Amino acid sequence: MKKYECTICGYIYDPALGDKDGGIPPKTPFEKLPDDWTCPVCGAAKDMFEEVK
Amino acid sequence: MPEPFSAVKISEHVYWVGAIDWSIRDFHGYLTGRGSTYNAYLILSDPVTLVDTVKAPFREEMLSRIASVVEPGKIRQLISNHSEMDHSGSLPEMIQLLRPEKVFASVMGARTLQEHFHLDQEIIPLKDGESLNLGKLKLTFLETRMLHWPDSMVTYLHDDALLFSQDGFGMHLASSERFADEIPAEILSWEAARYFANILLLYSPLILKLLERVGKLNLPIKIIAPDHGPIYRKNLDWILQSYARWAAQKPSRQAVVVYDTMWQSTEKMARAIGEGLAAGGAGVKLLSLKSCHRSDVATEILGAGALLVGSPTLNNGLFPTVADCLTYLKGLRPQNLSGAAFGSYGWSGESVGEIEGVMKEMKINLLSEGLKVKYVPDREALERCFSLGKAVAEKIK
Repeated sequence: MKKYECTICGYIYDPALGDKDGGIPPKTPFEKLPDDWTCPVCGAAKDMFEEVK
Repeated sequence: MPEPFSAVKISEHVYWVGAIDWSIRDFHGYLTGRGSTYNAYLILSDPVTLVDTVKAPFREEMLSRIASVVEPGKIRQLISNHSEMDHSGSLPEMIQLLRPEKVFASVMGARTLQEHFHLDQEIIPLKDGESLNLGKLKLTFLETRMLHWPDSMVTYLHDDALLFSQDGFGMHLASSERFADEIPAEILSWEAARYFANILLLYSPLILKLLERVGKLNLPIKIIAPDHGPIYRKNLDWILQSYARWAAQKPSRQAVVVYDTMWQSTEKMARAIGEGLAAGGAGVKLLSLKSCHRSDVATEILGAGALLVGSPTLNNGLFPTVADCLTYLKGLRPQNLSGAAFGSYGWSGESVGEIEGVMKEMKINLLSEGLKVKYVPDREALERCFSLGKAVAEKIK
């Protein structure tokens, strides 16, 4: 599964880990995150993320 | 004629050329009781380089301090460590005045400065870890995103073992002394903690990572030069260790009781709760929102173990000052707090539930069911308040 980086603050969403504080279980692909999910560090919206290549 | 304002030499190649704001008391909602400084730094290198500027109304003061050392036109490069206008506010005028060859910022800073000032000057983005030679001197830049804006970075001058730490390790403190070792320790400690609590607390996890990263880089650091308040040249470990401790947010046995009141009923409850907390062995601070600012509350919860919030019910909801304070505290994301809610009401009593709702969002561990008292607390009600305080104190051991 692909990792995604927040273009504002540099936080990397790793699907293997999910986002525990945001209620996202491990093994959740970025595409399956709810539309209102936000960056746990800076609060940026999902569309501010880019795939890590 | 000598310049009315003077630069202060802080290391072999660097001068402080900032401004002292003796009168500011409201810094975007943070009560700055001792004023502030906006620190800009001049590196006498080839080319002469200015690190950060000052808030726009203080530009002439900065220019005068620069002119006390070198003719301002000799500055050929500008570096912006942080785009916020207390440091970048004079940048557009400095660019116009000096027509510098190069202006540098972090990758995000290059964007953010344009989004502020819409300049016709190119801002050269610096990558994390990139170095720049200034003649014989060498600078290295480290991105510190979200400490405390996306554009934030720090600059290290190898030759003077000096870290321009931007807002990190700063404080709002106007003083004619430029060095931390010239300031009474108690004031220093209080203002550094206050700054951390109100500006950096929410990024505590990033601070712990940054301290670890800087430790691994093994850079000798002899001077820390922040963008607000005094410069550290002695006992640097004190501020570094303080940051590590504050960022860890290990709860203590200190309890903070915050409240507002309409007819002194919620206040009576707060006072009885405070007595109970003390009887249970906790340290206690009562903060009435009639006399304390939200930034005082943020300062007091730094390192505390419990937060107890009281509000009367006004028009079926929270008292506005309590809502203000909770909004502010929620944004600062304090960790590892326990808590409880209380308040007096007349007929509907929504406020206690609303406080608990915010506390749950803040992941505050509610130690007791919220305590509501109808109209004016009698002796029995005050005994329940005392018991609540005592029970909380015993649970935060």
